[in-house]
Amino acid sequence: MMKKWILALAVAFILPACVTINIYFPAAAAEKAADKIIDDVWQLKNGEKPAGKSSEPKTLEPASTPVNSAQ
Amino acid sequence: MKKLLLSLVVLLSFMLASPLVNAAADLEANTPAISAIKASMQARHGQLASFYTSGAIGLTKDGLIAIKDASAVPLKDRGGLNGLVAAENADRNHLYKEIATANGHPEWQAEIQNTFASRWIDKAQSGWFYQGASGWTQK
Repeated sequence: MMKKWILALAVAFILPACVTINIYFPAAAAEKAADKIIDDVWQLKNGEKPAGKSSEPKTLEPASTPVNSAQ
Repeated sequence: MKKLLLSLVVLLSFMLASPLVNAAADLEANTPAISAIKASMQARHGQLASFYTSGAIGLTKDGLIAIKDASAVPLKDRGGLNGLVAAENADRNHLYKEIATANGHPEWQAEIQNTFASRWIDKAQSGWFYQGASGWTQK
């Protein structure tokens, strides 16, 4: 009788706990995976920010636009 | 009775140990589908890079991109930019979904997206815009 009761208790508590553990989100692993994908997509080397990659000025200032001869 | 207690202790120790094992595990991110999305995004980035720099587009706090200042782009290029942004966001959503399903947990998609959101911003070049707590912020 007692044995049965403990078994029932074990099933009731341990089985849901196992399920809970399985859906635990691995935040650190996700960050690592994200970093790798972002490095690939943005072509960053060793996770460094390519500060010098776009060194040429890309501002849209009037001085840098060519004179419009059509007008 | 003793045996039962012993098995309970063994089960309990498994329960305590498994989160540690789980935390150390890597997330699967190398399926053919994920590689294809990555390649598509990589190719598109060449076109997007100058728009990030000019402030025409920025990184959103939900791991996507959005048009921040269309006036930074000549009128004739705005249609093309809209298309680029839509395509990029479709790829990003697809990527987050693929990683979640590749790991057997489709319900992780939102958390994966959140993780990416902060990592995109963290790795962005200085001068690029991102959505902070108080709107668009320049890095």
